[in-house]
Amino acid sequence: MSDLPGVIGVNLSTSDTASAPPPAPATPSRCVEIHHERGQHQVFCGLTGIIWLHRKIQDAFFLVVGSRTCAHLMQSAAGVMIFAEPRFGTAIIEDRDLAGLADAHRELDRVVTRLLERRPDIRMLFLVGSCPSEVIKLDLARAAERLSATFSPRVRVVDYTGSGLETSFTQGEDACLAALVPSLPATTDTTPSLLVVGTLADVVEDQFRRQFAALGIARVDFFPPRRSTELPAVGPATRFLLAQPFLRDTAQALERRGATHLPAPFPLGAEGTRGWLQAAADAFAVSPATFTAATAAAQDRAERALAHYRPQLAGKRVFLFPDSQLEPVLARFLARELGMTLVEVGTPFLHRAHLAADLALLEALPTTTRLTEGQDVDAQLDRCRAARPDLVVCGLGLANPLEAEGLTTKWSIELVFSPIHGFDQAGDLAELFARPLLRRQRLAL
Amino acid sequence: MQLTVWTYEGPPHVGALRIATAMQGVHYVLHAPQGDTYADLLFTMIERRPTRPPVSYTTFAARDLGGNTAEAFKRTARDAVARYAPQALLVGASCTGELIQDDPGGLARALGLSIPVIPLELSAYQRKENWGAAETFYQLVRTLVEPVLPSPATPRPPRAPGVAPSCNILGPAALGFRHRDDLVEVRRLLDALGIRVNVVAPEGATPADLTRLPDADFNVVLYPEIASTAAAWLTRRAGQPATTTIPIGIGATREFVEEVARLAGVDPAPVLARLAGLPPRRSAGAAPLAPAHARLPWYSRSVDSTYLTGKRVFIFGDATHAIAAARMASEEFGFTVVGLGTYAREFARDVRAAAARYGLEALITDDYLEVEAKIAELHPELVLGTQMERHTAKRLGVPCAVISAPMHVQDFPARYAPQMGIEGANVIFDTWVHPLMMGLEEHLLTLFREDFEFHEAPSHLGAAARAPGAEAERAAESFAPSAATTASAPPDAAPSLPPSAAAAVSLTPPVAPAPASSDTLSWSSEAELELKKIPFFVRGKARRNTERYAREHGLALITVEDLYDAKAHFSR
Ligand code: SF4
Ligand code: SF4
Repeated sequence: MSDLPGVIGVNLSTSDTASAPPPAPATPSRCVEIHHERGQHQVFCGLTGIIWLHRKIQDAFFLVVGSRTCAHLMQSAAGVMIFAEPRFGTAIIEDRDLAGLADAHRELDRVVTRLLERRPDIRMLFLVGSCPSEVIKLDLARAAERLSATFSPRVRVVDYTGSGLETSFTQGEDACLAALVPSLPATTDTTPSLLVVGTLADVVEDQFRRQFAALGIARVDFFPPRRSTELPAVGPATRFLLAQPFLRDTAQALERRGATHLPAPFPLGAEGTRGWLQAAADAFAVSPATFTAATAAAQDRAERALAHYRPQLAGKRVFLFPDSQLEPVLARFLARELGMTLVEVGTPFLHRAHLAADLALLEALPTTTRLTEGQDVDAQLDRCRAARPDLVVCGLGLANPLEAEGLTTKWSIELVFSPIHGFDQAGDLAELFARPLLRRQRLAL
Repeated sequence: MQLTVWTYEGPPHVGALRIATAMQGVHYVLHAPQGDTYADLLFTMIERRPTRPPVSYTTFAARDLGGNTAEAFKRTARDAVARYAPQALLVGASCTGELIQDDPGGLARALGLSIPVIPLELSAYQRKENWGAAETFYQLVRTLVEPVLPSPATPRPPRAPGVAPSCNILGPAALGFRHRDDLVEVRRLLDALGIRVNVVAPEGATPADLTRLPDADFNVVLYPEIASTAAAWLTRRAGQPATTTIPIGIGATREFVEEVARLAGVDPAPVLARLAGLPPRRSAGAAPLAPAHARLPWYSRSVDSTYLTGKRVFIFGDATHAIAAARMASEEFGFTVVGLGTYAREFARDVRAAAARYGLEALITDDYLEVEAKIAELHPELVLGTQMERHTAKRLGVPCAVISAPMHVQDFPARYAPQMGIEGANVIFDTWVHPLMMGLEEHLLTLFREDFEFHEAPSHLGAAARAPGAEAERAAESFAPSAATTASAPPDAAPSLPPSAAAAVSLTPPVAPAPASSDTLSWSSEAELELKKIPFFVRGKARRNTERYAREHGLALITVEDLYDAKAHFSR
């Protein structure tokens, strides 16, 4: 893994208490300044990833083994948007399940059996661990093994954790995909193939497929696949591109299977998408001429779309609360491609290696970027209020209260639920940030 | 373990949050992992409260489990008190916090804070949201009021002469179904009767306000789910009687007025006049009927409403709203109640008793699939329910109005829309009638079914309501809820990932599937066409009944004649 040593001038400081003032950098340098913060986190847990994962993998069911709180979280986070019959549910642990683990396992078997009888279309069942299942040490790996044996070959049962003790928001997808990696078929094929890792909207996936085909990269797979029966093979000739910045464990698991990570910026915005495709092109020895021919038109479209939004966004000051780990990438896009000024960029977790290329691009900005890893929401709100940014990117719990204080906000969850990757979504991504500002302008209230 | 997708109630600490959020000057320190902070959005997004709920979560993580969680709790509590300066502190644990057994109450006491600390033990693996709200409110009232009360044996002094009678209003809370507007309406009634409102709680009350609760002569309990435990304690300990009538509907509002007038020793007549059954006539000496006169009695008696007669209605919700809706449906709309139920097991007995009045057995369940199956089986013409039943009804193509929590963002309307009192009855009349066919329209639709301009949903609901008609029809005919698609989500909120959403397959087994018609029975093409002329929301029932009739009569091919024979056979 390339760490791009020497490129990033990192200023490290830690503020552990709620009351400590944000430490000011001694000398303003062109750098990315990283702060760590501890305190109240205001981020969903990894269970929330199920909301998009269950749509992506169309024959999978996600069974959370948790409490009424977990069920209510899923309902509140998903119910705001959808109310079809979803392929997820919660096995709610009750008092009597706490009495003995043997009984809890028996209960789980009963619930799963009933569920699979009702849903003959399901080919893969995820047992998703939660805080309560972890604290009572309910061994879901064992349960998955046992249930797999019972229901194979029709259904494969896999376990992972989405617990808030271990994962925040998008890390749930990482845990899910990492748990799937051992199930990927092995290949000893020596012809290099490309694997794109991380859930993408189907429409984006199709665009990328066409783009890779135009580059002459013939063998491309996406992970997760749309059906659990179409798991891509992996082996020493597999090169993988991460489509999302939150896939630490998945990347490690793939490397353990012999696959090679292609370091790249993440494909948000024209610049990011170009860099991302370039990384694939380099690895597959695509000629510069082919690359230009294959990407020029789309890149041009993206730039034209961005040019439309730049006047509305350039010079506007933006503050990003931690949410999905996409924040540093979004910040890079907003600052470099739309000319926005970064006040603070929060992220629940910063994977320096995977973000190296994006951080290097932030580093090249003429201004310092304040990156906050972790969270103390009260202190962060104080900083946000003091800075009075033009736009605040934050979660659903904070948005309306900040609007009521006169700030303009963009809900960050929409960035996870919308197709934003690739050239043809660059304009849409910019629009998501422009809309709240435009709305502010329109309303004479 | 209970398998569920959608739940009627959240965990009990969400109930506690509803109390803390409703009040002023209270802060709640909750021992919980980071994901539990989702609860904030219930208040800021669904209810659109403009401030964050007054709660600090410890958000402990796996690395803290070795023994740092208690420290995290103490730090969070100390910081919260310093930052928010509350008058009282609620402390407790969510389901995960409960398992690690840190004893938030003990830890908070050890901090030696100068404000009252109320520890909450909410049994997260047994109890649910409403119970948590009731218990929290009770603990707050008890902790704050007990110290100011005289010893238990002291009798209540009589009200001094010349002092207006007064009451407290107990129950309105955050995330309550129309609590905001009910409160205004009930205050109007009390004002008109000359009864002073001493304290409203929990909504808007401070801990200091709670200590003044004993000053009132009696308590008005608006939402027993939340306030009955506290009110019962106040009756026992402070000698304050409590009301038992919930003023939803004309009849119940009348009884409520009589009840509070009796408790306050005032004359109910002027207010009862506003609830009278006829429209106000202009007459020289009549006092102006401010602020509002009940319109429901006249609207319901006016001839246009004849078409409401005997409409079959299914009712499900919390106990208070379900029982009230059943009474209104039956006595004030002339509907026939065909099903009545609740998810609130604590109040099962009351709902059973109410159901018995309509010759029904109450449906007591917190499994929405069971409710869905019941609706599919009964095939009502109107569903009055929660957010869950709204979706079920949409899938089945049955008109629906929401009458109870849980509800969604659109159930917190911008306009004034109480359920209680005089205006509440007016609002309910509009709300329930709106999804139904209008009187004359229904006739025309029946007469000229083949007119291509007749769409199969009430025209006043607009194009949007008609669009999913085909879908609703299919669902209505097959009773298979699997027809649900993203069509049920508001278009602008549709998530963009799932073009696959349409492929969502139901968790539900096909509920009461149309009896396997294909293998034994077939429909003649004329009969099939005739069936299409029957309104879509009863078509499924007509099909099932006809097939049942055919089977009972040993028919293999269903003709138009058979269709009408069956209709005659089953007609009520
Ligand atoms: S943080 Fe833990 S207990 Fe809370 S919803 Fe997430 S998994 Fe469940
Ligand atoms: S359609 Fe959407 S907004 Fe309406 S109740 Fe259902 S989930 Fe809520």
